[in-house]
Amino acid sequence: MNAAHAPAGGLARDAAEPLLRLSGVHTHIGAYHILHGVDLDVPAGRTTLLLGRNGAGKTTALRTVMGLWRASAGSVRFQGRELVGSDTPAVAQQGIAYVPESMGIFADLTVGENMLLAARGARDESAIDAERLRWVFDLFPAMRKFWNHPAGLLSGGQKQMLAVSRAIVEPRKLILVDEPSKGLAPSIIQNMLSAFRELKASGVTMLLVEQNFNFARQLGDTVAVMDDGRVVHRGAMAELAQDESLQQRLLGLSLGAHQ
Amino acid sequence: MSAGGRDALPRARLDLLPLVLVPLLALAALPLVGSGSSWVTLTVAGLAMGMIIFIIASGLTLVFGLMDVLNFGHGVFIALGAYVATSVLAPMAGLTESPSMATNLVAVFAAMIVAMAVAGAVGVAFERLIVRPVYGQHLKQILITMGGMIIGEELIKAIWGPQQIPLPLPQGLRGSWLLGDAAIEKYRAIAVAVGAIVFVAMLWVLARTKVGLLIRAGVQDREMVESLGYRVRRLFVGVFVAGSALAGLGGVMWGLYQQNLVPQMGAQVNVLIFIVIIIGGLGSAGGCFVGALLVGLMANYTGFLAPKVALFSNILLMVLVLLWRPQGLYPVARR
Repeated sequence: MNAAHAPAGGLARDAAEPLLRLSGVHTHIGAYHILHGVDLDVPAGRTTLLLGRNGAGKTTALRTVMGLWRASAGSVRFQGRELVGSDTPAVAQQGIAYVPESMGIFADLTVGENMLLAARGARDESAIDAERLRWVFDLFPAMRKFWNHPAGLLSGGQKQMLAVSRAIVEPRKLILVDEPSKGLAPSIIQNMLSAFRELKASGVTMLLVEQNFNFARQLGDTVAVMDDGRVVHRGAMAELAQDESLQQRLLGLSLGAHQ
Repeated sequence: MSAGGRDALPRARLDLLPLVLVPLLALAALPLVGSGSSWVTLTVAGLAMGMIIFIIASGLTLVFGLMDVLNFGHGVFIALGAYVATSVLAPMAGLTESPSMATNLVAVFAAMIVAMAVAGAVGVAFERLIVRPVYGQHLKQILITMGGMIIGEELIKAIWGPQQIPLPLPQGLRGSWLLGDAAIEKYRAIAVAVGAIVFVAMLWVLARTKVGLLIRAGVQDREMVESLGYRVRRLFVGVFVAGSALAGLGGVMWGLYQQNLVPQMGAQVNVLIFIVIIIGGLGSAGGCFVGALLVGLMANYTGFLAPKVALFSNILLMVLVLLWRPQGLYPVARR
């Protein structure tokens, strides 16, 4: 497959049900009521950014989609099928890749072994789709270079690259990434940004949680902003990027101050 | 896909230091034991005991690593394996009383296979009925798995009787080979060989197969393995059953080593195997191997030098190891 040059043709599907739709999702963690009725659409072929302050419920929303927390009410529909009640492996097998905030790297395993685990269809490293792998190596050359090294020895930026590489080593319909730019040096953020642009161009659908608005606005087609367990704003990223007073109100930041 | 280059990462060094402890302990014991031939005999006995303990404990450490399950009932599979062996070997008296070692081994291998099958099958039921309802609740796990062991012991008494019963070594496996003036018991040498085969097979599965990769990854971060689309629970059941079967195998070997069985033998060995998996680093198969050899050697040297402190010596060993490496010899990188 040639992901880089084969947009999935999702751009024309806006009118139909989005690829992923959360409606009225409530999630409790222990005694805490974290999500208070989240409504969120992730249109196919687009990159959706989920923004909001710390503690707004962004990570919980992603974990609820993955079945890592169970929604106590509401529905999560993926390609029209209900995900609430499915366990995490079943959700992943629907074609959803998840990169947690912690990155979830297996430190004792090599980069290659990490990739092999993400390639569910491959029995050993030589069975990973070579063309797909070349594409990943073009995005993140460090993955080729450090293939046989324990992933625990990678730098923070390289770990994030490995986490994203795992999410794309096989074609997935939806990629969820929790804070791709977190803790990265500015030059690495630029690398990450161009890799995500390339991913976007391949037509894959992405839902990214971000704190770094400057990073987010360069990637997002659509945006949803969460506060206190609800989505309080949704629209085109371009609109939000131009409206500083809206940013101030929703995110408590001015882009000018962020640059 | 070589990873050369000037700015390559530091190569992960194989951490051999804990492994060196095994010959170090053996050498340290040499002047204390004094006689070279006694030392060789004790060392082989210690390695044999260590290998058997490794076979028993390896499943337990992976079970803990994968699902955080503390199975205090693991010992029951040891007793079960040994008792099953008595029932399998009894009707094969023709084979076990033959002076030919090869004929004896056929009988012993048959007993091992049946014991592993029975222990594995009981493992399926144990996991389903006793362990699964208490996932994630350590206190309940400790209580209910200990309860499971008591029930298992009582069932053994009901089937095989409460009294001590003999499990004699087959004729051709008795006696020793002489190496210079050191006597090496044949059965101990065989136990070392069987242990080495199990260890190499386990390493091969863990290092070279995708299932092994999933086990190693699951021990580090279960949630991420599930997020990649694999069912860790199914994997866990497989590891639990394999671990139970290995405990059954270890039970046969332990029983033949002791030549006498009591229904409480599982509980007696339990203490040793918990010391071993703590020394090794919970969840680490390699650590379990080194830990088992250390414990086996220590038990034999102190058994010879100062029998009264034999069990204490292993607890002392554990304390010293934990002072050096608080997570055990080979800590597993966990989230």
